[in-house]
Amino acid sequence: MEPLLAAALSINQLWYAVPLIVAVSLVYAATRHEEMGPILHHAVHIGVWIVGFMAVVFAILLAMWWWVSS
Amino acid sequence: MGTFAYGCYLGGNAKIGWARVVYIQWDEEDKRLPFLCQMGMGLPTLPAVVQAYRASHGRGPLWGCQFMAPPRPAPGARPAGNAEGAVANQPSLDDLHSRLGPYFELGTVFTMIAGLLNVLAIYDAWGGPVFTEPAPPKDAKDEDDQDLEAEAEQPATGS
Repeated sequence: MEPLLAAALSINQLWYAVPLIVAVSLVYAATRHEEMGPILHHAVHIGVWIVGFMAVVFAILLAMWWWVSS
Repeated sequence: MGTFAYGCYLGGNAKIGWARVVYIQWDEEDKRLPFLCQMGMGLPTLPAVVQAYRASHGRGPLWGCQFMAPPRPAPGARPAGNAEGAVANQPSLDDLHSRLGPYFELGTVFTMIAGLLNVLAIYDAWGGPVFTEPAPPKDAKDEDDQDLEAEAEQPATGS
């Protein structure tokens, strides 16, 4: 099994990113709005962006590993 | 604050002390740059300053506890002041890495991000929320463009 994929599937350590993503999203959204509703809405939006960015970087690294190992 | 507390929990244990990822040290082997981010938390990082001050003056950790105490410098490194004797019974940085494993870096990251988020919160408390201007409606924007074009087509009036 590809070592990079195996390392990425170490879900135990990947869960530590969840509280970081939540904290960063909430604090950043709170600097943009005053009301709780828009803050939460914007926080979800930012959280999705962060997770998507992490997924893109993972895909790039996986592609690089596949290209180097082939 | 919760993020910082969780980082302190990850970066230590009952044997080697808690919050071992938050400390001040500047020598040839270990230049603790993450503290520059961690100190954004402010008062919760004061114990690290106290411990480093005591170590640099040849005194042991405060009350004998290892909370936020700097690790023992590597052999050959020249710590600041008289810290070498004060931290002789402390675990070295290698010991911390071997005992905590990946949790040392995780605790460091959590506490660094907590400090940076606190700086963001301080700015928000000082200046209020940073509202972004919404994009102008498309119809109004088209009308503005048409007005500008009409003004440009008008012949210039000379004196």
